[in-house]
Amino acid sequence: MQLEYFQLIDRIIDLNIVEKTITVEAQVPQTNTIFEGHFPGFPIMPGVLLTEAMAQSSGWLLLGVMKFERMPFLAMIKQAKMRGFVSPGQLLTIEAKIEHEGSGFAVTSAKARVGKDLVCSADLTFRHIPFPDPALRVHMDAMAEKIGFPQQAVPHD
Amino acid sequence: MSSTFEQIANIIAETCDIPRDTITPESHAIDDLGIDSLDFLDIAFAIDKAFGIKMPLEKWTQEVNDGKATTEQYFVLKNLADRIDELVAAKNTGA
Repeated sequence: MQLEYFQLIDRIIDLNIVEKTITVEAQVPQTNTIFEGHFPGFPIMPGVLLTEAMAQSSGWLLLGVMKFERMPFLAMIKQAKMRGFVSPGQLLTIEAKIEHEGSGFAVTSAKARVGKDLVCSADLTFRHIPFPDPALRVHMDAMAEKIGFPQQAVPHD
Repeated sequence: MSSTFEQIANIIAETCDIPRDTITPESHAIDDLGIDSLDFLDIAFAIDKAFGIKMPLEKWTQEVNDGKATTEQYFVLKNLADRIDELVAAKNTGA
């Protein structure tokens, strides 16, 4: 997890294009300036970052299902529930599933756990559009390789 | 009054918190009801689910942008109901 770059997902554990599910891991750093303010004496991951981690997990799933032809952008968050505290150094396991594929949008549900404990969940809606800039596609390709996105699921031009 | 319109009106009322009695078949979703594109995603999701279809929003938007269709054809609710009926019929005939 590189919080400074908003890269919250470390590795893809499982991607099932047919079932439209993904499981990823995200290692919360032991130290970060965020924890100095959130909160002194009681450092925890901000709920917005947990939500972003669920969104990025869903995003990788959508990229795979859409064969990297379109880029998903978070549009709506519903039923976001922070169910438990997430502390520095903990490992998040995040599962996401596509609930609906509309025209130009998709809806996912996501859950994050620490061990067996459910720590947050949300229903997320994404708009998706063709990659607006080639540099973004290049970046996503590099990120995909970095986090272990199954390379057979990444079309190459 | 088509049952499709009633379902759409109920979805819009619930999704966008618009009083149901202000929604008529002649209402324009954007111009009269003030529904923006984000709210319309929510409505599209609910309509897709309710009718078991996939409303081709991108195609419709493209047609409007290209001047091949007017927003009234898709976003006046009685017309939207007709489009949905067509999509449901096409699905049922396997078209």
